Amino acid sequence: MVKEEKEIANRPDNTAFTQQRLPAWQPMLSAGIVIPGFVLIGLAFIGIGVALFVTSRSITVLEIDYTGIEKDSACFKCSNADVKNCVCNLVFSIDSLFEGPVFFYYGLSNYFQNYRKYAASRDDEQLSGDLDAFTAPSDSCSPYDYNSNDQPIVPCGAIANSMFNDTFVLYRVVNGANKLVPLDGKGIAWWTDYNVKFRNPSVTPLKNAFNNTVKPIFWPKPAYQLDASDPANNGFINQDFLVWMRRAALPDFRKLYRRITDGEYAKGLPAGNYSLTIAYNYPVESFDGRKKVVFSNVSWMGGKNEFLGIAYLVVGSLCVLMSIVMLIVYAKFKFPEED
Amino acid sequence: MLRRTLNRWLGRDERRVDSRNICVGHRSSSNNEAFIPPKFCDNRIVSSKYTVWNFLPKNLFEQFRRIANFYFLIIFLVQVIVDTPTSPVTSGLPLFFVITVTAIKQGYEDWLRHKADNEVNKYPVTVLEQGRRVRKESEKIKVGDVLEVDEDETFPCDLILLQSSRDDDTCFVTTASLDGESNHKTHYTVPDTEKDLESLNATIECEQPQPDLYKFVGRMHIYKADQEPAVRSLGPENLLLKGSTLKNTQTICGVAIYTGMETKMALNYQGKSQKRSAVEKSINAFLLVYLCILVSKALVCTTLKYVWQNKPGQDEPWYNEKTQREKDTNLYLKMFTDFLSFMVLFNFIIPVSMYVTVEMQKFLGSFFITWDKDFFDPEIKEGALVNTSDLNEELGQVEYVFTDKTGTLTQNNMEFIECCIDGFQYKYQDAGTDLDGFCVTDGPANKVQHKAGREKEELFLRALCLCHTVQVKESPEQGQGQRDGLMDHVDGLGVDGEGLHPPPQEQRGFIASSPDEVALVKGAMRYGFTFLGFESKTMKILTRDNDVERYELLHVLNFDPVRRRMSVIVRSKSGDTLLFCKGADSSIFPRVRQEEVERIRMNVERNATEGYRTLCVAYKYLNAEEYAQADAGLREARLALQDREEKLMAVYNQVETGMSLIGATAVEDRLQEEAAETMEALQGAGMKVWVLTGDKMETAKSTCYACRLFQRNTELLELTVRTLEDGGRRREERLHELLVEYHKKAVQDAPPVKAGVTRAWSSANHDYGFIIDGATLSMVLNSSSESNSSRYKNLFLQICQNCTSVLCCRMAPLQKAQIVKMVKNSKGSPITLSIGDGANDVSMILEAHVGIGIKGKEGRQAVRNSDYAIPKLKHLKKLLLAHGHLYYVRIAHLVQYFFYKNLCFILPQFLYQFFCGYSQQPLYDAAYLTMYNICFTSMPILAYSLLEQHICMEVLLDNATLYRGIAKNGMLRWGPFFYWTLLGVFHGLLFFFGVRYLFGNPALQDNGQVFGNWSYGTIVFTVLVFTVTLKLALDTRHWTWINHFVIWGSLAFYVFFSFFWGGIIWPFLKQQRLYFVFANMLSSVSAWLVIILLILLSLLPEILLVVFRKPRGPHAGQMKPVHSSAGGHQSPRSSARPLLMRTFSDESNTVI
Repeated sequence: MVKEEKEIANRPDNTAFTQQRLPAWQPMLSAGIVIPGFVLIGLAFIGIGVALFVTSRSITVLEIDYTGIEKDSACFKCSNADVKNCVCNLVFSIDSLFEGPVFFYYGLSNYFQNYRKYAASRDDEQLSGDLDAFTAPSDSCSPYDYNSNDQPIVPCGAIANSMFNDTFVLYRVVNGANKLVPLDGKGIAWWTDYNVKFRNPSVTPLKNAFNNTVKPIFWPKPAYQLDASDPANNGFINQDFLVWMRRAALPDFRKLYRRITDGEYAKGLPAGNYSLTIAYNYPVESFDGRKKVVFSNVSWMGGKNEFLGIAYLVVGSLCVLMSIVMLIVYAKFKFPEED
Repeated sequence: MLRRTLNRWLGRDERRVDSRNICVGHRSSSNNEAFIPPKFCDNRIVSSKYTVWNFLPKNLFEQFRRIANFYFLIIFLVQVIVDTPTSPVTSGLPLFFVITVTAIKQGYEDWLRHKADNEVNKYPVTVLEQGRRVRKESEKIKVGDVLEVDEDETFPCDLILLQSSRDDDTCFVTTASLDGESNHKTHYTVPDTEKDLESLNATIECEQPQPDLYKFVGRMHIYKADQEPAVRSLGPENLLLKGSTLKNTQTICGVAIYTGMETKMALNYQGKSQKRSAVEKSINAFLLVYLCILVSKALVCTTLKYVWQNKPGQDEPWYNEKTQREKDTNLYLKMFTDFLSFMVLFNFIIPVSMYVTVEMQKFLGSFFITWDKDFFDPEIKEGALVNTSDLNEELGQVEYVFTDKTGTLTQNNMEFIECCIDGFQYKYQDAGTDLDGFCVTDGPANKVQHKAGREKEELFLRALCLCHTVQVKESPEQGQGQRDGLMDHVDGLGVDGEGLHPPPQEQRGFIASSPDEVALVKGAMRYGFTFLGFESKTMKILTRDNDVERYELLHVLNFDPVRRRMSVIVRSKSGDTLLFCKGADSSIFPRVRQEEVERIRMNVERNATEGYRTLCVAYKYLNAEEYAQADAGLREARLALQDREEKLMAVYNQVETGMSLIGATAVEDRLQEEAAETMEALQGAGMKVWVLTGDKMETAKSTCYACRLFQRNTELLELTVRTLEDGGRRREERLHELLVEYHKKAVQDAPPVKAGVTRAWSSANHDYGFIIDGATLSMVLNSSSESNSSRYKNLFLQICQNCTSVLCCRMAPLQKAQIVKMVKNSKGSPITLSIGDGANDVSMILEAHVGIGIKGKEGRQAVRNSDYAIPKLKHLKKLLLAHGHLYYVRIAHLVQYFFYKNLCFILPQFLYQFFCGYSQQPLYDAAYLTMYNICFTSMPILAYSLLEQHICMEVLLDNATLYRGIAKNGMLRWGPFFYWTLLGVFHGLLFFFGVRYLFGNPALQDNGQVFGNWSYGTIVFTVLVFTVTLKLALDTRHWTWINHFVIWGSLAFYVFFSFFWGGIIWPFLKQQRLYFVFANMLSSVSAWLVIILLILLSLLPEILLVVFRKPRGPHAGQMKPVHSSAGGHQSPRSSARPLLMRTFSDESNTVI
């Protein structure tokens, strides 16, 4: 009895796991699978690629640089940093209907929103409406945390301070008269940003929350006055502000400025002449930057992006090509084996 | 640590005094009143490393002594001190985790040790003090205390046996917990001690503590009131070791001589030296490369940063002004901190988790060896044993196998085959039938017509019955007197419940240290002479005529491997003093009268070539004078405290001369099961098998033939004493000549072999076997002149390396280790494996890269010192060919994969620096940085490295040649490493630039909104996680449900985690960077498309390589496309061609 027990205790368990005999699927990549697989994947990719390419082609993009470095540029007079409150006019024409909805972007280049110190220079507690953070901004905002009088800056930090402040008004020139094209400033930022992530302090009126604080040095107006037309679009949930706060990944970037969705322009911008009045405030020449405006419509894949379509076409045809090569190579080597 | 050094110091101090003096029972001797008892350490055993107080500092200190841990600590400290891109948490958390887990594990182990220590230290013992019995805790025992120990109790310290309850003044112990030998050993009381211990007045003088379990010298001075002090010698037979258990004896009394940390058990407690595997060395080399990559990356970034900042307007654009402090900082200090920041940013390239995963893989992986039921031996009811898990993969890399013969290749299950008396051959016919037999002595087909005289016959048989140290086994149920019972009675007892495994039928009833002796005694029994046992120094034998003869055993001249013989001196009833000696022919022949030798030598040699173990038996009469002289010599030598061994040897040699040869015996040692198949498989796997044995050449040679180590067409190159003497010239010259000749034959004339791979096949026609013996070897190794020595050694090595198998016979244990060491340190430092079962193999087991012990009959010492222990030789095949191969492939893949996945993890982050003004902006969120190695990609590779069977076990076992495919660290050489690194670079570039071009227009959502930098990082990271996981999936050839679960589970976990992490505003985070980033990413069709595209594009070359490699292989004809099918193993050919190998290394590709 004792002996048997001992034997059982010592004998290794005879289970599939301990004996490394778990039932297993042993895939072998063979020509029989790989070649048809490649053909299928290749065809699918070519299909997607064609769709992407066609879609991308159908997207209209109008891009106008208004930095004003060149002498013949409309905004040349404004590029001098000494000129304040400069306004310039860009005139352009559209040959055929610019299909809507049209999105209006501004673009900056050689602008490092992804610089680490810059990226960290914000106080998310402040931006979520925490009043304690109003009086004592986080260290990370430095040197944009207190002004020279030691008053706290709200919103603090480099990102907020450097918010893009050129403003644009678009007119359609009809019979020599400028007709205002309504621009929609809603829905340009992420929904979660203005509903959850960023919050104004629950003080009414909002202005009171900003007592004893100062606006960022670069800002012409305090945060609670960002949008005069819509009181709900002020403070930290101002969508222009939110768009700016979502930092761009690369030094050449564009950000959504307005949507053109209203009334007669919902279908798009009709052919004709347009005039864009720009309040030129944002200095870029000190760091060799460029500014531009971009009108674009979007598709299911987003904005115009030729890369994706071409990449899909290339990879797809590569797959098909490979499968053909494989078939040839395989046929050559396979047949002698069968005798 | 401190305690140990302290002890060592103390020990050294004490050692200056060569011996210690102990008063038995603390009674100072009458003639030495001023004797001050010296201070000895108490009987506390401390095996624990830590106490509650010093655990934290000491453990941390020890952990940070590991270079990897220290590196991570430095990184962590840099993060704390310098303003770095990632928070200290990212590297602190994994480090903390690793350190904590290790600390908990070590703490737990130490707690167990504390518990075990306490159990031992608090164990109650009985101490005799002034005639009273006092119960004490074990730790209170002092040197000199007289202790009483009952049956089945363990000795609390090293004792000198003073008194036994048995009337023959012996006691039996087992040393199972010391050296694993479960047989009963007899120990003797010190002769002439008084029965009344109370009145015993004695001092013991003995050597200082030393770890050798089998050596002890000392003497005891017994003072009696009215006599001269008597002196008695003390040897190991009087010493009861702590840790052994009293058996078959009711009580004993003994005096404590070594206590606590000075007991032999404690001195033996030192751990073995760490062996490191070749894989570990590769890891360290790769690590260095990656460190270089890391440093150069940081350097490049730092340089470029300052170059870039020199351009006007870039250093401090208006939107990103510096703080006053930054402006004030010294430029060079800034550069330095920038460098450190980059180091921190890229430090994930060397992950903490790799060490954890490798350790886990090794630890968990070794269980599969212990669990393997194929290693379970029903006879000893044990499976394989893993003493270290550090060497699992080394099992797949073995190039040289050094094997012992006796007990390893052969069963060490001796059977008496025949004997030769006075030149006449006696063959024993049938073991089972006729036992009364005078007449069975002659084999039927035997040419020998006449027999030796009856007198000679009986003398020979008496010699067999007397000249041994065998004991008759008694069981506890049997009382004392019953030992006189007939042998078959004892035989009939069967197994008693002592926990001893039942000896095989043949040996039942006898206990001996060597199975040869039992076989001889059993052999004598078959011829009618039965050894009945000892009765207090008297040996009783039952003769053919059923008479009981008694012989007084005067001396035993113990066996030792140098003398290779043993003798007994007995006095018969009639008063004749006889010396019987048995031993190896080489050691007996020179000591007997030469005219007798020739007749028997023929027989001995014939027996030896048949593969039997032969022993010669000789005797001589000692007249009173001779005996007195021998007796005095022996006693004196035994009493010597210094050089006892040498003195004894001298006396032995002196006594054992001028004997008459009576006969010789032949004992068969059967081959182990499947020994030949195993050896063939090992050779097929490209391993060189060397047999190292102490046995004589003929026997060993025949074993080699039987094991198919030598084939019939093998040309044997012999370099033994015999061939050296052939030339009739000086040995040295002849040695030189032979070496050069053999070298020419085996090395120069042999066709140049292609590296490693095809060796055995190309040399199939020129198969050489090499034989060398111990004496010649020592000539080769210790040649008279220094220059010759190294030259001979070189020649010898080159010859050996070109022979398929090498036989070294007549080896002393140390010589075995010498050979292993020589091969180990030879060119290319091949991986060596030693396998053996006995104490004489320990040295070579410790010396080789991998030491394997066989749980054989010669005790457990080999097992204790081995890295792996298996019950039988045949298990070696599976251990190496299947387990070793798989472990190697697994860990090699694990290591390469780990480096690869961290390269393509960090490369995009590096590339991103070029786009963010070299500002150390991390591409990925901190959570991703931390979790990547811990959670998202760790489990699949761990599962792979535990479960992968790129070729199934049966195929591995059937095709030994597959083992060559991974020889010489094939998967971890620079070639494969380079391939993996390139792959990592390719993937990293693809991930980064793929997404980079997508972000040419960041408006990726159909509502026209744009993505920011965290979306960028998240897309890259998603592609990364999926690609590296799917890459592993592509490499996995063996998909169990665990693999499925872990691979798909990891991916699902990543998705789930990303949602969760981005779905909540985390109150403890300073910045809610990832809030809804992942969800928004998934709402973009373009993001989906780019992820799919990049994953496929990354894996495409991999798939192509697999497919294109296939038809171009050398054996393309044998390749068949096999459609994947579930379960079972497919046609061996298809699965035998591992995808892994075809893909990664050209060499292995040509092998198969």
